Amino acid sequence: MLGYITKIREISERLLKEGKVDMVIGFRKGTVPMMNEPCVVKNPENVKELVWDSNCGINLANYLTDRKEKIGVVAKGCDSRNIVTHLIENKIKRDQLFIIGVPCKGMIDRHKITSMFAKEIKEVVEEENRIIVRGDDYEKIFKKAEVLQENCAICIHRNPVIYDELAADLVEEQKDVDRYEDVRRIEAMPAEKKGNYFDNLLSACIRCYACRNACPLCYCLTCFVDESRPQWVGKSINPTDIRTFHFLRAYHCAGRCTDCGACERACPMGIKVREFTKKLEKDCFELYGWEAGMSLDERPPLDTYRPDDPDFIK
Amino acid sequence: MKVVKIDKRNWAGKLEKLKESYRLFGPVKDNEFHIFERLDKGELPDFNYFNTRLSPKSIIYPQSETMLEFSLDKSKENHHILKETDTDCSPRAVIGIRPCDAAAFLLVKRNFDTAEHKDPYWVKAYETTTFVGLACNNPQATCFCTSAGCGPFYEEGLDLLLVDMEDHYFAKIITSKGENLLEAAGWNTGTDADPAGKQIKTMKQEAEAKITSSITTDKLKDKTTTDLFDAPFWEEVAFACINCGTCTYVCPTCWCFDIQDEVNGYSGIRMRNWDSCMFPLFTLHGSGHNPRSTNMQRVRQRFMHKLKYYMDKYDNGIQCVGCGRCIRLCPVNIDIRKVCDLMNSYGD
Ligand code: SF4
Ligand code: SF4
Ligand code: SF4
Ligand code: SF4
Repeated sequence: MLGYITKIREISERLLKEGKVDMVIGFRKGTVPMMNEPCVVKNPENVKELVWDSNCGINLANYLTDRKEKIGVVAKGCDSRNIVTHLIENKIKRDQLFIIGVPCKGMIDRHKITSMFAKEIKEVVEEENRIIVRGDDYEKIFKKAEVLQENCAICIHRNPVIYDELAADLVEEQKDVDRYEDVRRIEAMPAEKKGNYFDNLLSACIRCYACRNACPLCYCLTCFVDESRPQWVGKSINPTDIRTFHFLRAYHCAGRCTDCGACERACPMGIKVREFTKKLEKDCFELYGWEAGMSLDERPPLDTYRPDDPDFIK
Repeated sequence: MKVVKIDKRNWAGKLEKLKESYRLFGPVKDNEFHIFERLDKGELPDFNYFNTRLSPKSIIYPQSETMLEFSLDKSKENHHILKETDTDCSPRAVIGIRPCDAAAFLLVKRNFDTAEHKDPYWVKAYETTTFVGLACNNPQATCFCTSAGCGPFYEEGLDLLLVDMEDHYFAKIITSKGENLLEAAGWNTGTDADPAGKQIKTMKQEAEAKITSSITTDKLKDKTTTDLFDAPFWEEVAFACINCGTCTYVCPTCWCFDIQDEVNGYSGIRMRNWDSCMFPLFTLHGSGHNPRSTNMQRVRQRFMHKLKYYMDKYDNGIQCVGCGRCIRLCPVNIDIRKVCDLMNSYGD
């Protein structure tokens, strides 16, 4: 990872010094294990703050929405696909951006690792492909592949799809991954079981909206759950209202979601919110052969109409 | 000061007896993390935890709480008239609350229970509850209670303090409410306090020494509020914040709420739900104007309220007990310890 960091700092420093950008958006080291903080660097002297490791799971495209400055942005595979989506949806302009592409090796799952230990985790360090978890009187070593975020374990676009300069050589993409094993499992459930499954999934939700707010797609000025005239959804922790929020949010992301996992990573309650968005991601793939954010030249399937579109309303 | 020794062998039986006179709440493991819940028959609190992910504030102040009820059915007498909701006001006891979380209720009390105004829902719930604390023998790396006005063995806000001594608990009696609870369970109240008191004191010192994290607040009081408000660091502090409700919802000292009417068919309720200063809607006026329309203004509000306005208004410390939940759970790692230090040292 050291090579990545050096290169990210070097590019950022050059961009800022040459006045090519007003700011660089990247990550700085966090104050607790398995967390880094998205940050902005405006002064070339401060590029030393920038870091890169397996705790950069927040999607930085989320920090570009409607900005007016010239921006250098650090972008792993999924971030770059959300940048493409932002460009298509006019949330930022291509000539405002200098994309520092980061060929990604996946992010580690902080929820999963935390839940594996009854004792407090004091430190998590990373050595090429190994993750070492330490507490007061223990140490455990994992292969990185064992503790990847679920979306990263099945990611087939780790290399940025759009960039101006790379922070490292491109990585080999994962092949022969079964991306939808979990969705198929839920699809196969009878209706009642499915209902119970979703109710259980959401039973701990506190409606903090961290999932929505961490998502680069959720940029509506007023989200439907926040509308008051008319008020579409109740505001309490009533399970129907909570379910309505999650289902509708997932639909709003259909054909746009890149499965970056920022929502799931952000959730303080460890709720697997991707189970909703992923079903729609799968449908878009199966119905339209569509993967979001892969190209600037094609409109997303749900904002275009073609006479030969499949008839999916049953 | 009286200390009672509770043998762990008859802990379960006595708790069961206690359920005859109190509704008990305690930490239980739900999926992957602990949460405070009503303890049903045969259910024991699980003390094998650092602290619950969500604070126990919801026991006194639920996230969604019905305040009043009404009927819109014109054929009914008293239709369109709000009436009080029946709530169960029988005695309750929270078993195993951490000292910081109990102290948090005292900070919140300054808002909900004043000489001029009493929030009937909060006050009733608070007054009918007995708080049995569990001292923290092993604080976490993100706990900074000792520099936030309380500590791992802090007693204010508690009626009883339990100290885990491996094969037994010591229960230190702090108030008469606590003493009553011990009697109701049938725990003998006459133990020789001196040696126990010494042991507790040693454990307390050991626990305090294990707290590695701290904030400095000594200069906050004398800072000019408007200087801090206009400080240049807010943009940077706020950059990563996604304005979710996490930090405020998990915080034991955040108290803001929003009132809503909900109607189902002809019957309706007026309820209050937790609200968060991090949400844009929080300050949106009917006119459409929003005095805190930017991310930075909202982040500034949270920290200024906790660390400066509260201090200015009550002259009694900060509105934070150092439980560390907001640090552990913020999805983008905004750390109140860092912000507090920025504020405390600003302009030096
Ligand atoms: S989804 Fe792919 S590109 Fe995104 S963080 Fe995971 S491995 Fe990297
Ligand atoms: S982040 Fe988690 S708890 Fe918060 S609204 Fe989303 S699913 Fe619910
Ligand atoms: S500080 Fe963190 S937890 Fe609080 S609103 Fe911002 S992102 Fe959410
Ligand atoms: S501000 Fe954070 S550390 Fe302080 S009491 Fe609230 S959640 Fe705990």
